[in-house]
Amino acid sequence: MSRSIKKGFFVDPGLAAKIDRAQQANDRKPINTWSRRSTITPDFVGLNINVHNGKIFVPVHVTENMVGHKLGEFSQTCTFKAHGGSGKK
Amino acid sequence: MPRILGVDIPGKKKLEYSLRYIYGLGPTRVNRILAETGLDADMKANDLNEEQINAIMSKVHELNFVIEGDLRREIAGSMKRLQAINCYRGIRHRRGMPVRGQRTKTNARTRKGKVKAIQGGKR
Repeated sequence: MSRSIKKGFFVDPGLAAKIDRAQQANDRKPINTWSRRSTITPDFVGLNINVHNGKIFVPVHVTENMVGHKLGEFSQTCTFKAHGGSGKK
Repeated sequence: MPRILGVDIPGKKKLEYSLRYIYGLGPTRVNRILAETGLDADMKANDLNEEQINAIMSKVHELNFVIEGDLRREIAGSMKRLQAINCYRGIRHRRGMPVRGQRTKTNARTRKGKVKAIQGGKR
């Protein structure tokens, strides 16, 4: 079930503050975060964010299309294993 | 076999069922169309006259139902978007795996296709 609209987007307060600062300073240095649960708001667009997947920080460049998704969606936590690896991606 | 909304040719079934052959119209939407146009759900699709066909068509447009090619395009577009931004759902689409968190240890055959034999599986 999706989140109640009444509450608005959830963004971790600490991350939101960092985003604000980066946008104001026009700083494109990647921001490290563990906050996979944060929704990407329009403020994020254009920033580089390193999203932790439990092991490493996965670099994510936020584009307009990503607004509304969570950061965690762009940083896979599992490696994909498949049998019979001929040809297929 | 009457033609409704472009290329669709539902058979000699009751309107309630034959309209569901149109991609994008299911039970809910069909019932709503029939209720609002005042057509009889039990009449055969073959018995539709020009006027009634037009009534159905204009109702579909009026209610902004996206159907057939437009709907397919819309779905393909959103899948493409998910794949382009490289998010989890997009990756699942690319891999042909279930997208909404279903189990894959067993089942999931609709997405994964026919079972692939593994060499030396059972002796």
